[in-house]
Amino acid sequence: MSDVTVKTLSVWVVDDEPGMCRGVVRTLEGYEESFTDPLVSVRYRVESMESGEELFERLAQCRPHILLLDGKLPGIDGMAVLERLHAGGFELVTIMITAYATLDKAVQTMKLGAYDFLAKPFTPDELRHAVRKAARTVVLSQKACELENERKKVRFNFLSILAHELKAPLNAIDGYVTMIKSRQAGENLADYDLMIDRIGIRTGGMRKLIADLLDLTCIEAGSRTRDLRTVDLVKIAGALAEQHRETSEARKLSISVHLAPSGSIYMEADTGEIETLLNNLLSNGIKYNRYGGSVTLTLSRSDSTVRIVCADTGIGMTEEESAKLFREFSRIKNDKTRGIEGSGLGLSIINRIVCLYHGKVVVTSVPGEGTTFTVELEDAGKASFQKGESS
Amino acid sequence: MNEKPVILIVDDDEDFIIQQQMCMTRAGYEVVTAGGRKEAEKAAGNGHIDCAVIDLMMEETDGGFVLAYHLKKNNPDLPVIMVTSVTGDTGLQFGPVGEGEKKWVKADVVLSKPIRFEQLEREIRRLLA
Repeated sequence: MSDVTVKTLSVWVVDDEPGMCRGVVRTLEGYEESFTDPLVSVRYRVESMESGEELFERLAQCRPHILLLDGKLPGIDGMAVLERLHAGGFELVTIMITAYATLDKAVQTMKLGAYDFLAKPFTPDELRHAVRKAARTVVLSQKACELENERKKVRFNFLSILAHELKAPLNAIDGYVTMIKSRQAGENLADYDLMIDRIGIRTGGMRKLIADLLDLTCIEAGSRTRDLRTVDLVKIAGALAEQHRETSEARKLSISVHLAPSGSIYMEADTGEIETLLNNLLSNGIKYNRYGGSVTLTLSRSDSTVRIVCADTGIGMTEEESAKLFREFSRIKNDKTRGIEGSGLGLSIINRIVCLYHGKVVVTSVPGEGTTFTVELEDAGKASFQKGESS
Repeated sequence: MNEKPVILIVDDDEDFIIQQQMCMTRAGYEVVTAGGRKEAEKAAGNGHIDCAVIDLMMEETDGGFVLAYHLKKNNPDLPVIMVTSVTGDTGLQFGPVGEGEKKWVKADVVLSKPIRFEQLEREIRRLLA
């Protein structure tokens, strides 16, 4: 297990009995504790102090992960120290060491924010056990903090790219509007037509980006209630192919839907999700195709697995390009894709939907020949599927 | 100068190219366009160019830098204007290019999008003077 993170946690023990401090140091120094979730190994570095005054002096410089605090200290009493830590917002994982373990005292220490308490006399094992528990809390809160930071970073990246993706068409539209207003093309009406067409295309692109973004966030947040019922994939695919016919005919593209022998393929699914999935597959196949090419959608089912294969005769991708495909806003930019509008979110959406059906997507592509997406979905009505759901 | 100055415009945003080409042509320039780095290098190799206007972020995030570097290496006197919309989004700031930075950026001027044609043309005229 070479990839286990090893963390050193600092443990401070505050006790006026030198024997107690030495005992704690001996028990914990060099001792290693391992946790499975998160996978981490913990070592301790122990520092001892004799009084509350010394503790506060030291706290001005740094903070321990875990504090073992004697309840009865000369000078500022242990309970008063705890109270001051609590009031000062130090939020240390504190284990109180107390000689008189009464219920009252236990309640009082907990109220003052102690994490646990340990009654004197205790064995080395009892000490290790209490410290282990505290260490787990420290490790978990560190992990939560790391995840939160990671989340913030991902969100920041997403939003900055989104801002960029929205600004580009706005700049373009703004440019044309300024040009039209100042009659930059003089009397050349064809140029004005071109500019107006381009404005339309860029506006459409923004609209599509916003629609895709809503699709994506809806699926991600699970905010839309899924309406699972028996749907016929062939019927949905046929209707979508019909919708795309117009754009494809202009480019002499043929779209065909191939089915299983029965003519219908049923599965338990949400109609909206299936439509979005098939629509994204089809429109990719059409967009990244060549004049006179074809898109073939083949649907089949075996047991609870539904398989959708969407093959196009388009421009294809290199292996390097395919690898980047599922990243958000990732658009393959080369001289062949130039001029093709897209939000860069289509495949992220496909991926999310496939996840909802515990399925998978595989892409194979040959540059200049075409791309095939193979999607496998599990029927949402199957018992094995429902076990995986929280409901 | 009786011949029209040749301007190379490189951007993967089709509309930026259409707009600048329309305006430049009307203003009396000859325009060569390219949608990417390789295309631009080919265009630069094919004929004389008086000034290059390059978008910073093309196929790769630093495609513009690489292109500017290559163009300047082949022709150190070629004026290069770098155009970017990255500044505002990433917080990367390019100020007026100083001597030290010029070595690295390989551009004579850096402009932020959106850019008005008048602004771009003013810079081109200044660099060609």
